[in-house]
Amino acid sequence: MHNLTIAQLAKGLQSKDFSSVELTQHFLARIAELNPAYNAVITVTAEQALKAAAAADKRLAAGNAPALCGIPILHKDIFCTNGVRTSCGSKMLDNFIPPYSATVVENFEQAGAVVLGKTNMDEFAMGSSNETSFYGPVKNPWAIDCVPGGSSGGSAAAVAARLAPGATATDTGGSIRQPAALCGITGLKPTYGRVSRWGMIAFASSLDQGGPMARTAEDCALLLNCMASYDDKDSTCIDRDVPDYSADLNNSIKGLKIGVPKEYFSDGLHAGTEDAVRSALAELEAQGAELVEISLPNSALSVPAYYVIAPAEASANLSRFDGVKYGYRCEDPKDLNDLYTRTRAEGFGEEVQRRILIGTYCLSAGYYDAYYGKAQQVRQLIQQDFEKAFAQVDVIMGPTCPSPAFKFGSKGDDPVAMYLEDIYTIATNLAGLPGMSVPCGMVESKPVGLQIIGNYFDEARMLNVAHQYQQATDWHDQMPESIQQGAES
Amino acid sequence: MSWETVIGLEVHVQLATKTKIFSGASTAFGAEPNTQACAIDLAMPGTLPVLNKQAVHYAVMFGLAIDAEIGQESAFERKNYFYPDLPKGYQTTQLEKPIVGRGNVEIQLADGRSKNIRIHHAHLEEDAGKSLHEGNFRHGVTGIDLNRAGTPLIEIVSEPDMSSAEEAIAFAKKLHSIVTSIGICDGEMSQGSMRFDVNVSVRPTGATELGTRTETKNLNSFKFMEEAIAKEVERQIDLIEDGGSVIQETRLYNGDTKVARSMRSKEEANDYRYFPCPDLLPVIVSDETIEELRRNLPELPDARQARFVEQYGLSDYDAGVLGGDAAMAAYFEIASEKSGNAKLAANWTMGELAARLNNQDLSINKSPVNAEQLGGLVARIADNSISGKMAKEVFEGMWAGEGSADEIIEARGLVQVSDSGALEQMVTDVLAANQTMVDDYINTEEAKRKKKLGGFMGKIMQASKGQANPQQVNKILAQKLNELV
Repeated sequence: MHNLTIAQLAKGLQSKDFSSVELTQHFLARIAELNPAYNAVITVTAEQALKAAAAADKRLAAGNAPALCGIPILHKDIFCTNGVRTSCGSKMLDNFIPPYSATVVENFEQAGAVVLGKTNMDEFAMGSSNETSFYGPVKNPWAIDCVPGGSSGGSAAAVAARLAPGATATDTGGSIRQPAALCGITGLKPTYGRVSRWGMIAFASSLDQGGPMARTAEDCALLLNCMASYDDKDSTCIDRDVPDYSADLNNSIKGLKIGVPKEYFSDGLHAGTEDAVRSALAELEAQGAELVEISLPNSALSVPAYYVIAPAEASANLSRFDGVKYGYRCEDPKDLNDLYTRTRAEGFGEEVQRRILIGTYCLSAGYYDAYYGKAQQVRQLIQQDFEKAFAQVDVIMGPTCPSPAFKFGSKGDDPVAMYLEDIYTIATNLAGLPGMSVPCGMVESKPVGLQIIGNYFDEARMLNVAHQYQQATDWHDQMPESIQQGAES
Repeated sequence: MSWETVIGLEVHVQLATKTKIFSGASTAFGAEPNTQACAIDLAMPGTLPVLNKQAVHYAVMFGLAIDAEIGQESAFERKNYFYPDLPKGYQTTQLEKPIVGRGNVEIQLADGRSKNIRIHHAHLEEDAGKSLHEGNFRHGVTGIDLNRAGTPLIEIVSEPDMSSAEEAIAFAKKLHSIVTSIGICDGEMSQGSMRFDVNVSVRPTGATELGTRTETKNLNSFKFMEEAIAKEVERQIDLIEDGGSVIQETRLYNGDTKVARSMRSKEEANDYRYFPCPDLLPVIVSDETIEELRRNLPELPDARQARFVEQYGLSDYDAGVLGGDAAMAAYFEIASEKSGNAKLAANWTMGELAARLNNQDLSINKSPVNAEQLGGLVARIADNSISGKMAKEVFEGMWAGEGSADEIIEARGLVQVSDSGALEQMVTDVLAANQTMVDDYINTEEAKRKKKLGGFMGKIMQASKGQANPQQVNKILAQKLNELV
């Protein structure tokens, strides 16, 4: 059952080939059996899941159940779940049980989806390797000694290992697309404002966006149909109808203009990754798309601009974790200053502290204009680059990240090397554009991701292109060897 | 050397919205600690602010009331600092793009002069919670009450246009009058609805450069403000005349102990690291909204004052007192209408009622005697049913909750005898019974006889058990005595 896609599982549920309870038991069993090897899931909500599955079966029996009714999913542990610990991968929130749910979580609940548990992640979504989690790193199912990417590494690894057919994730600088690429699955970061941020613990508010992860574009469309909504609890959410993202999947891509930015095929790109991406482009060209070389001249500035803006926002967003109201509090504080200092020094990991310090520095008197002010200007230039490009082309494509999954610890001593993991993904966050990653090849037995960047609110077209690509290729169907055994059961 | 004082004010005004500026929690005062703080006010992870439109409208109304530029696109920023009663670790406020730009407030001074005080800007922001250092807590334990966290404020920043405590108080009172008149603030100073930060500096008379200023924060009464300014001016002048210099610092003044002290110096001041709040969109106020708010703007104090002179024939002073306070003005107008005698209603509102309220530290909205009741009392005075002395007794009764003026008058049998036949008989009887006094009166030289009338009045009032109409008795008495002379 775990090799079926969400679309196939939904069909099976609707036609009573199996029940949601059976499906849920199956995935819970897989999590119990395989998760210790991957550490992808940090909270399992078996009891609630089985209850929800039983309720879903009733809805299915009554007929007219929504598409996702009875489908088991996992939530990234950044989405608040009423009554279930929401840690954000941090010691700071190891004991935090929210009395409310994120809008995204509620949307899935209303659709009858079954939540199996919460996935591991880089602490406060800060990381590209999942090595910053308080709960230990997630292992990449394709290569157990390699990182799954981050920050949504738990969701990506869980989907790749067939611990769930789909999962929620978030993307601030590449946190959906990069782990999707490294784990050989499909992930989509929607347009900023498409998915509500209510109940999604903030890292960098102007960049954070929730999105789906699954094995196929078709499944991502089904998940996004549920995830996307206008929410008046999030002032930055955009009041715009949610289209049926499944409707255009089968459209022909003949005549589609694909922009290929020359800056995305530069020095740092792994040769194998480049080959895989170029082959994918050739495949799409064969389907009738037209490749247009474009330039995004300010691409190189996106990483430095991002590493000013995101930490600046984070430095304020994380001030609330002070040991006063909830979460971790240091033992026996001597005074207020001691309470703050030790709570935050003990409760936050190294990378989170580093970014708080960077952000605090960038916003300080005398440095604001040179850093934050300048970064905002760069942000506008990057946005303008994309505007110009989209006047010419329908979508932009390139690699999701410079190379396939790297070994644990290999970039641990060099934050900047780690930051460059996001060199191709960050610009879309700065511009607020949607982006996705689709498996497009293997290098050294590890998956490679093709990145598709769309214009604002053009997710349907991106999904259409990705689906057409997946109709002609089978990279998304590849299965990591480490889980082959599970596949037979 | 003679010195001149330069004063600028920053005034925090709590807006009278039902809910908070970024959440749906109630803003009502006085609830049990932390019962009016929702997940957003507690800065729980993942929660987000949504701007209260009413707060924006109130801010715009203030701008219109002081004839200011309205920031049609204003923006919120985060002001970062750590304090336990600041749940997010930053205050959401406005800096670069405030909602209200430059404006003007005219103040009237005791000597009849008026003066224009320029407003630099006014911005929207959220209030913090409260730290409770005493009360029900163990020694050394501080309690945090977040009920107030997220209450909408406008902070009004004046130019340093005031040159005395008198001017500063007049300005503060005028702001109080404006915000209560347009209904954007309840004006309850004792509950912290208006709080004043006072920037004070001194310089040699005639100097053009400003001296170093200090800021005394969080004064919540006009009286404390006056004391704090006087003390600070004196301190600064003494300091300079003794050869020292003023250092820029934030100070606190304790109105109860009358002690002022330094809170922090400029060197210790926080770097607030302001930056635009990414959770909130820029606030756009359309021309239509501004025009609609302008059309519906309640009467401003100056206009009301002029109307009171015109409509009720009040003196400028009375119109200023009654018209300056929105609640008092509303009270007066009801009492006046009910009584049919505006001047008498004005006297009673400003006199007996105001004194009693002041004495018991009550606002007029909490008055045990409402405007209809007072109007009913004034009506009975006006139609001579009761004397002024009886009226005071009736007022006491109403204050004690015994009912309307008419009910109390009836219950206590407080009827003024105005029947001239009965009164003449009473006067005749008293004169006949006190022949010595009458002789004394007759033998007194004419110019001094007036002083002797009081004695007769006392006897007559005593005889009538206080029910005789004194004006009438006076007339009859004078007449009768003159006949005897």
